[in-house]
Amino acid sequence: MTGSVAVGDTPGSRTRTGIAPVVDWFLVAASAAVVGTLVRAVAFTPVEMRQGPAQKIFYIHAPAAWVAFLAFGLVAISGLLYLWLRDPRLDRFAESSAEVGVVFTTVVLITGPMWGRPVWGTWWTWDARLTLTLFLWFVYAGYLVLRGAIDNQEQRARYSAVLGALGALLIPFIHLSVYLFRTLHPQPIVMKPGAPSLPGEMLVTLLIAFASFTLLYVALLRARYRLAEARGALAYQEGGDA
Amino acid sequence: MTPNALSGAWLIARKDLTIELRTRTAFLSALLFALLAIVIFYFSWDPTAVPASDLAPGVLWVIFTFSGLLGLHRSFGVEQQDRAIDGLLSAPVAREAIYLGKALANLVFVVGIQIVAIPAVALFYNVAVIPVAPALVAVALLAAVGLVAIGTLFSSMAVNTRLAELLLPMLSLPFFVPVVVPAAQATAKLLNGRPMAEVAVWLRLLGAFDIVFVAVCMLAFPFTIEE
Repeated sequence: MTGSVAVGDTPGSRTRTGIAPVVDWFLVAASAAVVGTLVRAVAFTPVEMRQGPAQKIFYIHAPAAWVAFLAFGLVAISGLLYLWLRDPRLDRFAESSAEVGVVFTTVVLITGPMWGRPVWGTWWTWDARLTLTLFLWFVYAGYLVLRGAIDNQEQRARYSAVLGALGALLIPFIHLSVYLFRTLHPQPIVMKPGAPSLPGEMLVTLLIAFASFTLLYVALLRARYRLAEARGALAYQEGGDA
Repeated sequence: MTPNALSGAWLIARKDLTIELRTRTAFLSALLFALLAIVIFYFSWDPTAVPASDLAPGVLWVIFTFSGLLGLHRSFGVEQQDRAIDGLLSAPVAREAIYLGKALANLVFVVGIQIVAIPAVALFYNVAVIPVAPALVAVALLAAVGLVAIGTLFSSMAVNTRLAELLLPMLSLPFFVPVVVPAAQATAKLLNGRPMAEVAVWLRLLGAFDIVFVAVCMLAFPFTIEE
């Protein structure tokens, strides 16, 4: 995490360390897509009958949750692949994805209570999915702290790969153990057996939101990966000098 | 798991327990911490609103979790001195045996705390534990196995970082949740005199979690001690 010297760096980190472009056009495009989606969600999508304007937060909350789960899933997969292939690029990918994932989980955890208060009448409830999201945030925030507390590049990659993979494994266990509590959270409305139970126009906006948030994830991941690569190269040079 | 690996694990557990028996620093401080926590928890609730017996299960599991962490930290902490871990790694035993041995010693540590803390909670919180003792022992033991399985793995990782003491709880606690939830639920049902069938559900869940956690952590452990 920090720019400290990593002695055990491998030559693989020297590859492709071109100077980052001044403007990341991909990131600009992805941000514009998200802004466009939100404009559509607020201005051009019908207001939900019972929840009123509060329901608009749905178009941030749900896609952000999707991106968070995608990001952590990829952290786990790249962690497992790292333990097998020992390619430092996999570690840099996992690091980038975890950081972006924590940001999106934070968005989920902030927008959730904002939506829950007017609709459920409570900011928070210990429902299985809320608890799960909170603990995912804890695990992967801890993942980032762990990375910051190890200087050796190889050891850091190995430890975080173990934690990244275990974090994904934790999901079914927390879900199972908390499931007993009756759930307030709405059941899946798009990815479920049978037809989606959302009016056409809202569904279109939601699907656009999923697409644009995923695009933003890829753009942020790309930018963060470039940073990780530059840091790896710097550490390698400093390690080589010492 | 060969007989050789099992005897290796037993030797490592005995080594750790001998060190602990001779110094007694970690165990006594964890025990004192547990007793102090029991007393302090009592005063952090309004006794006229919440009966003490309702608090007991929660108090027990918070205490086991946190005092267990004290022992878990020491588990690999003792190997840091003079790089004793290198001797352990070059010994002709499988990595899995090292994990099992360490976990076994940690299990004895946590059970030792439970042996004192459960009667202490029964005394201070006025809970009748004798009638449900066999089932309570089963819950405590099953949950201790789960806590120790996870904690031993993270202890081995945390000691090699700059934030050792801080990082162990930060990494372990989220993973303790699936163990502590059924354990606390089962304890509450037991102490409230609920039928055994309700407790059995949680016991089975605990047993299943234990099997998975021990297997997965043992598989992951060799990756944390490569040199």
